Amino acid sequence: MPQDTQQLTTWQYIQRRTQHGDVFFWFITLSFALAVVGLVAVIGFVIWNGSELARERFGLSALFQDGWNPIRGNFGALPAVYGTLVSSMIALCLAGPFGVLIGVFLTELCPQWLKTPLSFFVELLAAIPSVVYGLWGVFVFAPFFRDHVAIPLANSVGQVFPLLGGTVTAGRSLMVTGIILAIMILPTIAAISRDVIAVVPNHQREAMLAVGATRWEVIWKAVLPYARAGIIGGMMLGLGRALGETMAALMIVGGQKSRVPESLLEPGITAAALIASELPNANDFLHESMLIFMAFVLFGITLILNGIARMLVWYSARGPVGSIRA
Amino acid sequence: MEDIKAHRSPLALQRTVAERTIGHVQAESRTTRLQIANFSFYYGAFEALRDISMEIRDRQITAIIGPSGCGKSTLLRSINRMHDDTPGARGKGMIAIDGTNIYAHDADPIMLRRRIGMVFQRPNPFAKSIFDNVAYGLRVLGWRDRNAIAERVEQSLRKAAIWDEVKDRLKSSALGLSGGQQQRVCIARAIAPQPEIVLMDEPCSALDPIATLKVEDAMLELRRDYTVVIVTHNMEQAGRVSDDTAFMLMDSQTRAGLLVEFGATGNIFTNPKDQRTEDYISGRFG
Repeated sequence: MPQDTQQLTTWQYIQRRTQHGDVFFWFITLSFALAVVGLVAVIGFVIWNGSELARERFGLSALFQDGWNPIRGNFGALPAVYGTLVSSMIALCLAGPFGVLIGVFLTELCPQWLKTPLSFFVELLAAIPSVVYGLWGVFVFAPFFRDHVAIPLANSVGQVFPLLGGTVTAGRSLMVTGIILAIMILPTIAAISRDVIAVVPNHQREAMLAVGATRWEVIWKAVLPYARAGIIGGMMLGLGRALGETMAALMIVGGQKSRVPESLLEPGITAAALIASELPNANDFLHESMLIFMAFVLFGITLILNGIARMLVWYSARGPVGSIRA
Repeated sequence: MEDIKAHRSPLALQRTVAERTIGHVQAESRTTRLQIANFSFYYGAFEALRDISMEIRDRQITAIIGPSGCGKSTLLRSINRMHDDTPGARGKGMIAIDGTNIYAHDADPIMLRRRIGMVFQRPNPFAKSIFDNVAYGLRVLGWRDRNAIAERVEQSLRKAAIWDEVKDRLKSSALGLSGGQQQRVCIARAIAPQPEIVLMDEPCSALDPIATLKVEDAMLELRRDYTVVIVTHNMEQAGRVSDDTAFMLMDSQTRAGLLVEFGATGNIFTNPKDQRTEDYISGRFG
């Protein structure tokens, strides 16, 4: 009996010692996780509050109006919303397939000796500061694109499709911005694709091989469907970066704020570039408030697109238990 | 291993014995389907298999047994060249199906795999419906006719002894099935294109005893039409289902896999010629 009591107290001692540790650990992780929610709430509150003046004056209708002219007090934000969406979509459409194929090559087809150097270069692409991309875009890519792609395109296809037509003057345009953004988000999409494809279990590949599939079929029908959710997640990260990219976009997009360009080959504006370019000149409260409103809109666009992506993953990748999610 | 015996009903045991007996009667008329001659296999400089020779007979179940690391799986996977994409892996010698060397220079591994079905150690269905899983091999072969596919899927699921359990939910995900059911769906997938040979790499090692018996029933069913080669850790299983047995061991010095003895299962288990076989069978090592 005395031994029993002693043993019991030992156990109680251990229990007391460990039980608090777990609660403590749980509390720390919980508070860190809640901090993220808190941050989003604070940022949301600040931009909601700061944009009150603009919201009351113009409301959501400002998002669908042309003509941005702070001096006259006109704040039509449609060109910025349009430019943001269009340049990001161009970027995603170019970098998406490209990045996934890079990921496929790196994991499935690449010879061992090439893997590390190639991965290194992909990651190097991510390490270049956006202002460098902007400079390169302005001085090298935009003139090249204007002379060898934009002008011939506007003179041929552009005669039929106004979206690719118009008068190409400066090299700066939404199209060039989209392409530069594509290069900038490419490493994100490629690296995430590579990582999610690398963890597709080998038994899925073997099952496909064993029914007599070619390498292409193994990748297309077994590997990519399994990694689909993760790949979409990677694309969304890339898209988020494209939507918010400021410096490179500001340098290349052309700063056409007053109207929605008819052609992708004409200058435009994105929301982020608009905010950055006008902030030094925003001297009255309305102008300032309008810029904060634009930040709120950008926030909203990102949120909505991410929501759509979530739903896409949810509905398209319903079946696969154990497939990779990002 | 005792567990499995305990779960087997006397009726099922009798039936197995009956099947086996029929097997040995038929055995006389069965010709060689798959010939392995002086086959060695290397991973880089490491010799994984040394000079293996055996003849696998048509529409028989041949079991490959032996302790872990003796090269059983390597040998099995050499038969449909699953090692082709492994860097540094290569085979030497001959493996021939109906006299045609599958390691010849002009042999196409993809065509080869279409003639050979394979079932893996872990059930590995695709994240698709049961129906689509079984239809996959057919679609890879270019089948388009829906009715023909549906018919073949049903036939394959019946052969794999799983039809009655899944016929009402062919459209639901194969991942929702139990491990044993998944494995039989994988068997159905392997046999749907009607391959000439079915390879099974420890198909029951991840399954419980009851599921194991069901998969064994499926194997005996397959034996009517297919040549089956099975790698197994489980000697009772080899005894229950196989007609011929190959016993392999790892060379203690070089760690290369060797074929110790090959012959009719009855002989291997009751009257082994090699002392090492007898030691292994009687559980003295391995």
